[in-house]
Amino acid sequence: MTDDIAIEFTDVTKRYGEALAVDRISLAIAKGEMVTFLGPSGCGKTTSLRLIAGLELPTEGIVRIAGRDVSRHAASERNVGMVFQSYALFPHMSVLDNVAYGPVIRGEPKGVARERARAILDQIGLKGLEARLPSELSGGQQQRVAVARAIVQQPDVLLFDEPLSNVDAKLRRKVRGEIRELQKRFGLTAVYVTHDQEEALAVSDRIVVMRAGRIDQIGTPRDLYERPASAFVADFIGDANLIGGQVQGGRFRAADLDLPMAGPDGAAQISLRPERIGLTPGLGAPAGRVMACTYLGSRWEYEIATGFAELLASRPITEAPIPAGTAVRLDIPETAPIRVT
Amino acid sequence: MRPDARSTALASRERLAWLALLALAVLVLPWYRVAPPGGEPLLPSALGHAAAGRGWLWPVVAALPLLALAGARAPGGRGFLALALAGLAALVVQGFAVGLRGPAAGWVGALFPAAAAGQTGLGWGGFTAGVALLGLVAHGLALRGFCRGDRFAASAVVFIVALLTLFVFFPILRLALAAFVGPDGAIAFGPFLSRFLAPEIWRLDCFSGPRRCGVVINSLVLGLLCATLCTALGLALALVVARTPFRFKQTLRALSILPIITPPFVVGVAIVVLFGRTGLVTVWGAELLDIRPTRWVYGLPGILMAQLLAFTPITFLVLLGTVEAINPTLEEASQTLGAGPVRTFRKITWPLLRPGIAAAFLLAFIESLADFGNPIVLGGGYEVLSTKIFFAVVGARYDLGNAATLAMILLTLTLVAFWLQTRWLGRKSYVTVTGRSDAGLAASLPAGLKGAAWAVVAPFIAFTVAVYAIVLIGGFVHDIGRWDLTPTFAHLRTAFAVEIGAEGLRLYGSAWNSMQTTLAVSAIAAPLTTLVGILTAWLVARQDFAGRRSFEFGTMLSFAIPGTVVGVSYVAAFNVPPIDITGTAAILVICFVFRNMPVGMRAGMAALAQIDRSMEEASQTMGAGSARTLRRVVLPLIKPAVFTALVYSFVTAMTAVSAVIFLVSARHNMATAYIMGRVEAGEYALAITYSTVLMIVMILCIALIQLLVGARRLGRRREFQGQALPAE
Repeated sequence: MTDDIAIEFTDVTKRYGEALAVDRISLAIAKGEMVTFLGPSGCGKTTSLRLIAGLELPTEGIVRIAGRDVSRHAASERNVGMVFQSYALFPHMSVLDNVAYGPVIRGEPKGVARERARAILDQIGLKGLEARLPSELSGGQQQRVAVARAIVQQPDVLLFDEPLSNVDAKLRRKVRGEIRELQKRFGLTAVYVTHDQEEALAVSDRIVVMRAGRIDQIGTPRDLYERPASAFVADFIGDANLIGGQVQGGRFRAADLDLPMAGPDGAAQISLRPERIGLTPGLGAPAGRVMACTYLGSRWEYEIATGFAELLASRPITEAPIPAGTAVRLDIPETAPIRVT
Repeated sequence: MRPDARSTALASRERLAWLALLALAVLVLPWYRVAPPGGEPLLPSALGHAAAGRGWLWPVVAALPLLALAGARAPGGRGFLALALAGLAALVVQGFAVGLRGPAAGWVGALFPAAAAGQTGLGWGGFTAGVALLGLVAHGLALRGFCRGDRFAASAVVFIVALLTLFVFFPILRLALAAFVGPDGAIAFGPFLSRFLAPEIWRLDCFSGPRRCGVVINSLVLGLLCATLCTALGLALALVVARTPFRFKQTLRALSILPIITPPFVVGVAIVVLFGRTGLVTVWGAELLDIRPTRWVYGLPGILMAQLLAFTPITFLVLLGTVEAINPTLEEASQTLGAGPVRTFRKITWPLLRPGIAAAFLLAFIESLADFGNPIVLGGGYEVLSTKIFFAVVGARYDLGNAATLAMILLTLTLVAFWLQTRWLGRKSYVTVTGRSDAGLAASLPAGLKGAAWAVVAPFIAFTVAVYAIVLIGGFVHDIGRWDLTPTFAHLRTAFAVEIGAEGLRLYGSAWNSMQTTLAVSAIAAPLTTLVGILTAWLVARQDFAGRRSFEFGTMLSFAIPGTVVGVSYVAAFNVPPIDITGTAAILVICFVFRNMPVGMRAGMAALAQIDRSMEEASQTMGAGSARTLRRVVLPLIKPAVFTALVYSFVTAMTAVSAVIFLVSARHNMATAYIMGRVEAGEYALAITYSTVLMIVMILCIALIQLLVGARRLGRRREFQGQALPAE
């Protein structure tokens, strides 16, 4: 173990009675890194976050924060900050008292605690709102108070539990930018939970894709999009065409599709992103027929019937549309298909 | 200091505090409440007594150094916990091994000759030792991961479990044993069987002739009649309020709190005043219609009338909830599909009402079985279980064995009804209220049904008004029983006369003594009840610990025990060492706390269900333990529930009678017991006056709290406005 690992899971399992929420996961998160747990609901991402916070204790395995085994430590015995989905601001306390709550609890004199809270609120752009009650703030302001409250004690790790789900769609892009900027400015280690893949791609240094309590793949946003390891990851992050076929002698074949493909021989599945499929009207292999052509403002989206699968293709809006019923030839660059499990 | 290091330091400080308390208990404080036979040593603590020959105290004393040693070495180890449990066991065993009259078993006497003299009940030392040992057990459990290592929650669980065991389950167990004790004092099956099968319990003679039925049959007949009528009335009232354009809905709702603040007996007395042999209605009937006055009201008819008045508001509230929970769009859907109002009611509304009706029926049945105040005033020769239990203990023929047998039968009947109720509700609740708005309008009742409902409701309301009018007027006129309406304050003066003399305020009215006790006991019991109730609610709703299900079940079970059974079980359990507290004010307080704890618990559960759990989690991630989270975050947010619990436990304590009637003493008499004495002596005016004063005091309390809680609710609107809600 090195000094720059902030959080480490070793074979962590969490069971609720018979139900397995987290199933023997191991991972390490570096200091100053922003990592996102991504997956469909019930995949164990929130449980994993709560295991870091100490709101759940692992049934088996070891959780380390800053190199110390905290597996049996309660939340109050760890040094973490957490931003809740509902923000969880205390409605009976002013903004200032909400932010000063942590320092007061940890034993600082009230005056000092309030000074620290005031400083953080200034830095985060909430100056002048200290005396308000949470109910007197807008949703975005409440969210920032929640962040201020979580970072005021310089936590070992800052946790976000779907923090944007209560922000309206228009503001989300802005707020997630702010969160990312803040995390970098304060040099914080952050763990972020979301089920929104676009959000995950936008804010993360690395993404942990989870499914059914296990880690499916860990990687940078680009890794995951361009080199998904599994059909699940390919399908969950962005759109993907999954095509089943055979690999033999360095070629992948399915009906009239024939592509170079490394790896062992045998049955295989490939993922093909819609925007990597070129369409040329006319005959030729691999052949397809346009079933539907939809105008989506930023692009054209095509449904193509082929001999091996029904494909989704998307083309820049600058290209001329190809009407439904037209026979097309597919142009697939050699690097486009990714073999997945 | 790092948070976890601070936590460890705090844990060892807490352990030292518990050990210091244990040291105080066994080394310094007097172990017994009254000096045991054979005299008291110079140092009356456990150590002193043990040194003076009471060797059975050595294990308790020895627990202190052993625990100190184990705590210093490995407090989280298995040994520490085992020692704490062993200490607790030693405390319990010594209490039961040597009774008031000597050792409980031969080998104890052989081991400790001094045991022959017996020992008295535990005093400050004994109780403090119990508290300290429980604290150390909780500490050991928490360090071994119980309640996820949360020491405060672990202590709360351990203490509440211990209290429930001691003051709810132990007395019931003692009572059950008492049912098996024969005249020779030995425990055997024979005496129980002969008591249980006695003809005065089960005989069915009243169905075939003029003779009376057994007491169980009487109780069941009364309970079933009462439940049927109360449910029918409650349903009629609920339908009138919810489904007709009735103008006084709010008034009717407000009136439903009347039975809560009505002292027992008062309705019975009013019924006697109306229908007794010289009652108003009876006399008018004799003069106008030439009906010969009889004592018909004493017995089943009178009790039934009083219980209808008392319990219909309960069924009304349950059924109103059910009626209002029916989504009107379902009825509208039925009507758009071509069903008329009658068919819609029969096919849609009625089936949706059925679970609520079952719940209301069982609730009224349970209340009727447990009722003591009405049967004792109006019963005449019609004996029911609760009154028969009372007379078996309090009457001239003290027979605890018989009382215990009857109490066990009553308890069984109640528990079966309770079990049916929870089962029924668990399986068949049709929730038709969803988060989505129901735009539909509730269907009006079919005309025929509306007429029927009114025909039931109107006389009931008239009757209620008549009864309460009698109560209100009765205290301030010369003799309401003979319709002598000359206004007078004579009764008030008899009860509550005061004189301001040379030595200050002197209260020489006959009721002051019991009034002061009642107020004091209720005022002490109310905050304790609230504390235990809210804490229990918080544990059940928010904590996760091994055995939480059983814990919840145990507290639920304690709701269901009828007051009479609690009273007689306290007599059985706390009349003898090791816990010898009958005749004290403490037993009254304890009785109220554990009788009324459900009130606080329900209020707390309802309030906690409204509060987003993540606020507490936020507090924890910021370093607050559960105790501080409870104090700084949860309690401020559930303040209205705390207030409600406080008031209702106060009010319930003031009007309770069934359990407390067994526990009052000459020194500590309660208002309700005093009123009952006046009723028995035929001093109806005095009884009514006192009841009126009690009701006024209670209304003032409720008004005060409504004011506080109401103001709080207004503030809440502002506070909670725009507060984010979880998305899911």
